[in-house]
Amino acid sequence: MGLPSFSLLAQSVLSGVFLGALYGLLGLGLSLSWGLLRQINLAHFALAFLAAYLCYQLSAAGRIDPLLTLALIVPAFFALGVAMQWVFARFEITPFNSLLVTFGLTVIIEALIQSIWTADFRRLESGYGDAKFKLGFLYVPAPELLTLVLALALSFAIWAALRHTDVGKALRAAAEDGPIATAFGVNRQALALMLSGVCTALAGVAGVCIALSYTLAPAQMYGWIGVVFAAVMMGGLGRPLGPLFAGIVIGVSEAVTMTLTSPSWAPLVSFSLLILVLLVRPRKA
Amino acid sequence: MNRVWIAMAIVGAGLSAVPMLGLPLFYESFCYLVFHWVVLATSWNILSGYSGYFSFGHGAFFGAGMYTTATLASRFDVPFLWTLPAAALVAIVLAVALGAVVFRVKGVRGELFALVTLAFTFVVGTIILNTRIDGGPGVYLSAVPLPKIGPSPASTFYLLGLFAALATVAIAYAIYRSRLGVGLFAIHDDEDVAEVLGVPTFRCKMLAFAASCGLAAVAGGIHAMFVSYVTAGDTFSITVPLTVVLMSVLGGTRHWAGPAVGATIVTALLYAFTASDHAIAGKAVFGAVLIAVILFMPRGVLGTFVARVRRSRTAALPARATVAAKAEAPRERRAVASERLLVARGIRKSFRGVCALQGVDLEVREGEILGLVGPNGSGKSTFVNLVSGHYRADGGELIFAGADIAKLDAHRIARAGVARTYQIPRPFAHFNVIDNVAIPAMFGAARLRRGAAVAEAWRWLEFTGLADKAQWLPGDLNLHQRKFLELARALASGPKLLLLDEVLSGLTPGEIDGAIRLIRTIRDEGATIVFVEHVMKAVWALTDRVVVLDHGQVIAEGAAGDVMARSAVVTAFLGKAHARA
Repeated sequence: MGLPSFSLLAQSVLSGVFLGALYGLLGLGLSLSWGLLRQINLAHFALAFLAAYLCYQLSAAGRIDPLLTLALIVPAFFALGVAMQWVFARFEITPFNSLLVTFGLTVIIEALIQSIWTADFRRLESGYGDAKFKLGFLYVPAPELLTLVLALALSFAIWAALRHTDVGKALRAAAEDGPIATAFGVNRQALALMLSGVCTALAGVAGVCIALSYTLAPAQMYGWIGVVFAAVMMGGLGRPLGPLFAGIVIGVSEAVTMTLTSPSWAPLVSFSLLILVLLVRPRKA
Repeated sequence: MNRVWIAMAIVGAGLSAVPMLGLPLFYESFCYLVFHWVVLATSWNILSGYSGYFSFGHGAFFGAGMYTTATLASRFDVPFLWTLPAAALVAIVLAVALGAVVFRVKGVRGELFALVTLAFTFVVGTIILNTRIDGGPGVYLSAVPLPKIGPSPASTFYLLGLFAALATVAIAYAIYRSRLGVGLFAIHDDEDVAEVLGVPTFRCKMLAFAASCGLAAVAGGIHAMFVSYVTAGDTFSITVPLTVVLMSVLGGTRHWAGPAVGATIVTALLYAFTASDHAIAGKAVFGAVLIAVILFMPRGVLGTFVARVRRSRTAALPARATVAAKAEAPRERRAVASERLLVARGIRKSFRGVCALQGVDLEVREGEILGLVGPNGSGKSTFVNLVSGHYRADGGELIFAGADIAKLDAHRIARAGVARTYQIPRPFAHFNVIDNVAIPAMFGAARLRRGAAVAEAWRWLEFTGLADKAQWLPGDLNLHQRKFLELARALASGPKLLLLDEVLSGLTPGEIDGAIRLIRTIRDEGATIVFVEHVMKAVWALTDRVVVLDHGQVIAEGAAGDVMARSAVVTAFLGKAHARA
């Protein structure tokens, strides 16, 4: 096995960055709801795929530009997230039970997708699909660049919001010590509803990005779980910039492994990395 | 023999007669699948349900079993039945290797443990996929001869599955009732406290993990033969761990039979819903049933049922306080001996640069009550935490009864005869009061058997006046009662040295007087006590000697009345007088 050329390696690093951006975007909502609401939302992946299929449907049948579907998907998913949180709060669900309930939700959404769009592969045909341009000796596909831009913009926007706005500070306080935060006048219920809405809307955005770059099949939603969880944990729960950076680290390491050895070795790198991070990182969660 | 064992034997005998009935093949295959999931869910529950370490890596060990059997049987012509113990062995070796690393890292609990084990699954899967064990296309077992156990291949699998399921449920039940089981449930509620009370937490987790994974591998070995074609993609997926978690939680993780009940329900539901003409709608119904059960029965089917039965039963029974053994008459008050029970030399401890103890020397003499006083943040509680092994000292020696305990694990210190109370009571939330007190009697210095431990626990409940609350859960007690529960728990281990960390704080004056009498009685029975306290009235009344700490250093030592008058001590407590009168 000879060493690949520099340009091939650079191209694979670039594709790793793009893949990592999608990991980060998917992980962002997951990390926020896990870290700040103490809910492990498996349904995040199913919701993203639901959004991807909606985007596909709207642009294929409704002839709407895929990016414009965001205007519809984001508010709809925000409302869905609020409704989900209302139920979770009503039943005072524990973190592990949230995992199981959202798994049930995942199965339902998968069945829904299967019954509407069947289990066959679907591919969104749009002007963006094959658009790419050349930057030096590197090919840059437009949909994936868009994913990266969206991931960067949303991660930094949420980071800034948590850090600098009153709502953000209240959220962090409520996550650290709920009863105390309530005693100081933080309305936890309202904040949780809002945050859950934001997380679900983020799943919607990630779904549109998936629809732009990938061929869709319902069972594929399970393929993302392992890696995205890895990115979320490595990035630190409830930290908006974490999943993006960790996702890019994982994406690049996977892409480089794929180029140097074979694609089937790729998971070894990301998951060994995750185990190492979990074992050696400082104690505080 | 108790009723559960008899019931298990009857059910086992009855079920193994089923193949004689000559039912259609379909029933035997369906039952095999039920048994298969009973083994996986029940084995998972041994570690994860009992101790609360939710593993998402059960697929890795199940898969290791599958591939061990597949490789040995198809490539090395090992007879199928002999591959099963080999499969168990491989999984146990993997589990011990993983556990030896993961269980030593204190931060890896709860979700993090779930994630590490999930990642481990993918690592094992990737390695198997890319090496000669699988190599990509999967392994066929169609050429491997199946031993003739039942009249047909289907009934052979039925019987194999049945034996595996019976063995697994029996092992889960035996562990549930054993010392190991009590230790695991204590770890579930509060691992640090369990360790300090003498539970060897690391060993408990390792044993449970090994048993859990070995049994999963046996199920994997049988299943490899059943499906006769093994692929890495299907084996090392998220499906196995998720299904297993689901079944156990649905059935109830705090009961040995919960996962078996859950496995039966889920397998039957999945079959009924997905085998019909409306497979997709069936899937959705399955998801909805799952959500409904978790929302309305968060303790699981069996957990909810057992709790209901138990409630009606305890309501029917009178209080059991009369069963209790009488407390022994207090022994003669012993004079303070000059022998030193505990000697601390140059003990240092800092937390991220904050120096909590900087070279503390002190000694505790046998039979005395040593008061440890000082302003907030002076290092009193840190000292208690170091002696009890809750923290490890950065430097210095702690000689207890002639041996250095500074580097020992907390449970060894507890067994050597050190017991402590926590300033903020930390009872095991899911154990009732009597069991809370029985745990240290089982695992502490006395190391009693379960029956004897409960009798000992009754003695200390009488002593602390909690006997009529014996069946309550700690959450139903008030602060005063919880403080006394802490005390009873420390006493039940039969300690030589008792560390009392602010047992009186937060009590009313009347309650304090009662507690002082109680502590005096404890000392009269021969215990040596280190008494950390802010309530000076009690320090005055109880202590033979006091040691004053300030900023992590000993600033005075001697009789209470004498020491508290010294100017350095007054300054430490009240600050310097800047203005002169």
